[in-house]
Amino acid sequence: MTILAFDWGLVIEKLILIAVVVFGSLGIALYTTFGERKVAAILQDRPGPNRAGPFGLLQPLADGIKLIMKEEIIPTAANKWLFILGPGLAMTASLMTCAVIPWGSDIELFGRKIALQIADINIGILYVFAVVSMGVYGIMIGGWASNNKFSLMSSLRAASQAISYELAMGLALIALLMTTESLSLKTIVEQQVQGSWWNIVYQPLGFLLFFIAALAECNRTPFDLPEAENELNFGYHQEYSSMKLGFYLFAEYINMIMSSAIMASMYFGGYDLPFFDESTVAPNIAAMIGVGTLLIKIVLFIFLFMWIRWTIPRFRYDQLMNLGWKTMIPLALFNLLITGALILANL
Amino acid sequence: MQPLTNKAQAVNRAPMTFWERLYLINIIKGMFITFSHMFKKQPTTRYPEEKRAFSPVFRGLHVLNRDEEGRERCTACGLCAVACPAEAITMEAAERQTGEEHLYREEKYAAKYEINMLRCIFCGLCEEACPKDAIYLSETFAPANYTRKGFIYGKPDLLIPNPVTEASDLALARGVEA
Repeated sequence: MTILAFDWGLVIEKLILIAVVVFGSLGIALYTTFGERKVAAILQDRPGPNRAGPFGLLQPLADGIKLIMKEEIIPTAANKWLFILGPGLAMTASLMTCAVIPWGSDIELFGRKIALQIADINIGILYVFAVVSMGVYGIMIGGWASNNKFSLMSSLRAASQAISYELAMGLALIALLMTTESLSLKTIVEQQVQGSWWNIVYQPLGFLLFFIAALAECNRTPFDLPEAENELNFGYHQEYSSMKLGFYLFAEYINMIMSSAIMASMYFGGYDLPFFDESTVAPNIAAMIGVGTLLIKIVLFIFLFMWIRWTIPRFRYDQLMNLGWKTMIPLALFNLLITGALILANL
Repeated sequence: MQPLTNKAQAVNRAPMTFWERLYLINIIKGMFITFSHMFKKQPTTRYPEEKRAFSPVFRGLHVLNRDEEGRERCTACGLCAVACPAEAITMEAAERQTGEEHLYREEKYAAKYEINMLRCIFCGLCEEACPKDAIYLSETFAPANYTRKGFIYGKPDLLIPNPVTEASDLALARGVEA
């Protein structure tokens, strides 16, 4: 398949991979909304959605159809272009993250070696950070364009929260990067597959900080101040209806999946199944086992996110800022210092 | 005031220790509490499939009774309508003609008998007022309806099946209600 001195097989391979990953994440996100409601229900001693289909499994489809069929309302005082751009940007930014996540080891098909990663760029984590900070634009633009004081307030909260916690998140990561000496996610995962321990063993405090910051970045409880149902009336997506609202809600769940995937890859060995020697089975089967392992890790993280959401209440705004600036950042710096000292001492 | 039980406790206002100020331990404790609820029995009754039994004295939807020969017991005396605090019952009396003895027990009967289920408070005073054992409150409740008119129950809705001609329907109704 080499025409005009270019390997077109690579293009086809990547396009298929992109389609699978994007639609796969959308599908998982669809069922995460269902999972959220089911987990909430079970934690609160009630059955949860169980009417649509067996065990309520068709509920997400019913929700999707409902959202699409709803009337689209654009407020007259809203800035129409930005109002439409907001949810699109939020969705795009959250889906873009999946480009650098290694979903499994290489597989061999039709004599080609295919990497189960859309792009193994050597600045993978930097790219993730860049895209994640783009995500807040979707919220900002949506909240501002709605021309509603509550939406604006909520988007201001979202922006300041994202900036405050990105700092702690980045500092927590730098400590990890000092030990891995690479920014490529594939390399980080491979190091954990080859090595004896996952990175969580070397960076427990770093992981805790990263996890808390990830909760804040995904606007999940206890950091869901931008949405704050009771004081801001759902905040930045208050004026949205129909599938534009659906996009915002969806983007939140995709963010959750992506941050779970990144945490699993960086601290929990990615597609590495513990106590299992991949060389004993065919490489393709090993890769499939790897993909399954990563998916299980992602599901466990998503469950943890939901479990936290249905356990603890929301922070007050000043508490949020205090935690971010006065606790998380000093702790992250302390973690950085310890890691540096240990590396210097060759431990 | 003297405490009534020995359960009263003074509020602990001691400053929080380092571990308490971390909150993490208490958050994890809380998370285990919510986790333990996953294994608790749900009190939910899955309604259309599964119905909660009513108590034997439940006052539900009214029925108009017939005697053993299938004749309507109601004689349209109006005592139920008078007793009704919500004024939910309206009726029109008519005289029994010759040849209708198998339909009505007394010489006078209710040509029209309506209960507005939206007004009714299901107090059961009509049941108590009735001298002819003609009206009873059953163990079902009024199902949902699309219009207000749908909640005005007339004679066809209220009368029980005829024990002579529709014995099987009556048994079915009894079985469901019991």
